[in-house]
Amino acid sequence: MPEPSLQQKQYLLDKKREKRSITLARILLFLLFFACWEAAADTGLIDSFIYSSPRRILQSFVEMCRSQSLLRHIAITLMETLTSFFLVVLTGLGAAVILWVFPKAARVLEPFLVVLNSLPKSALAPLLIVWLGANMRTIIVTGMSVAVFGTVISLYTGFLETDPEKRKLIITLGGSAADQLTKIVLPSSVPLILGVMKVNIGLCLVGVIIGEFMGAREGLGYLILYGSQTFKLTWVLMSIVILCVIAMGLYGILGFLEKRFFTTEKPM
Amino acid sequence: MEPILELRDVSLSYHTLAGETPVLSHISFSLLPGEFLAIVGPSGCGKSTLLNLIAGLLAPEAGSILMEGKPVHTGDPRVGYMLQKDHLLEWRSVYRNVLLGLEVRRMKTPENLARVEEMLKAYGLDKFRDARPSQLSGGMRQRAALIRTLALRPALLLLDEPFSALDYQTRLTVIDDIGKILRNAHKPAILVTHDISEAISMADRVLVLSSRPAVVKKIIPIELEIEDRTPLSSRNAPNFKTYFHQIWKELNPNA
Repeated sequence: MPEPSLQQKQYLLDKKREKRSITLARILLFLLFFACWEAAADTGLIDSFIYSSPRRILQSFVEMCRSQSLLRHIAITLMETLTSFFLVVLTGLGAAVILWVFPKAARVLEPFLVVLNSLPKSALAPLLIVWLGANMRTIIVTGMSVAVFGTVISLYTGFLETDPEKRKLIITLGGSAADQLTKIVLPSSVPLILGVMKVNIGLCLVGVIIGEFMGAREGLGYLILYGSQTFKLTWVLMSIVILCVIAMGLYGILGFLEKRFFTTEKPM
Repeated sequence: MEPILELRDVSLSYHTLAGETPVLSHISFSLLPGEFLAIVGPSGCGKSTLLNLIAGLLAPEAGSILMEGKPVHTGDPRVGYMLQKDHLLEWRSVYRNVLLGLEVRRMKTPENLARVEEMLKAYGLDKFRDARPSQLSGGMRQRAALIRTLALRPALLLLDEPFSALDYQTRLTVIDDIGKILRNAHKPAILVTHDISEAISMADRVLVLSSRPAVVKKIIPIELEIEDRTPLSSRNAPNFKTYFHQIWKELNPNA
């Protein structure tokens, strides 16, 4: 490869600097927020009993980690979220494929799906508790209920948008509907599926927390509810911070997978 | 010689909620073995619909389409169809794209695979077998699409403006390329195009359709006064222009 020109080098350097300054600004904003919070709590500007403070949160985090109870709560919430996420992906994909194979059934079901999707799913949670009992299964189902209908709709509409000419190609080559599905529709929908998964992981987390509010003895949702009822707001805020970290982490993992898919699929 | 394909009084209408639109009206013609027929007509006259009928993707409302004496059906293995775009699948390598038809028909026999190998070598795609379609030039993409079609050994080839998406320069070379390949393979073919020069340069006969509802206006045999006829050299034939004007007049009777 030839040596890049001076201008090219300058350009790359500028780009690198820009990227670095944005990252730096983000970190500073983050630190500034917590510093202000801490300072305001220490000087009595805000009531630390209600608003807590980063130091108190950290202290209670360390304490609860020592007693192992916090790790258990985190693990439970994570496990429930991941389970409902995988079930959503499986049922969503399965249902979208079935709808694609039976377009008439899809047309019949469409308004029902739209209604179910626009329904605030938290309204279903109390019912689910009564129907399925106050257990982990209910929480997983609540998590699923938030994401599954939207998933089916997005995937099915995505499947329908597959280039009809490409499907015609399969027909002219003598292929069946199954060939259209496996050779054209599914492979061309991989970016869509990854995108939908990225949205779903967050939705499942929301659903799981709703479920834990309703009827759980463990998990971060339970911790938040218990903390607010016993006025341990430090617990509540700590749980929220942990939820932020979990949400970021899960989203990051899927983003990484998406990026890897696109770099391996794209030509060198 | 027995014709390989025969259309008798084929008619078809489109049906929508707004009403019925007759598209093709009493179309009759036949194709001899090894013959190259070009179909020209004003845009929207139903040229592509006619190809879809011959490919068996649509059924005629009246008349019959017989190939080797038997009616055609959807996904008829006797018919190879090249669509307007090459539709190479970006998530497959060139080699796996070329095998798509054999895969779908479950015909990946050693014999067929060997033929694909030969074609890849003959058409200069051997070195690009592991490349992605986006790495190929327009001409190479068309050749890959052609191999994908020919791998199934169709008895008849249908070409639906397969060159229209290419820029002019590439188009001339690709037409020359594909024209030679088809002539050497001695495959009967039907080309639909709106480009009169393209039709004359490739075809043994040119069929002119009227505007909708399309009827066969005229079938013009092309006999160019040139030796070693290829699509490119055809354009230098002294009577090329005569044919051009004749077809032009058929298409624009009022001009």
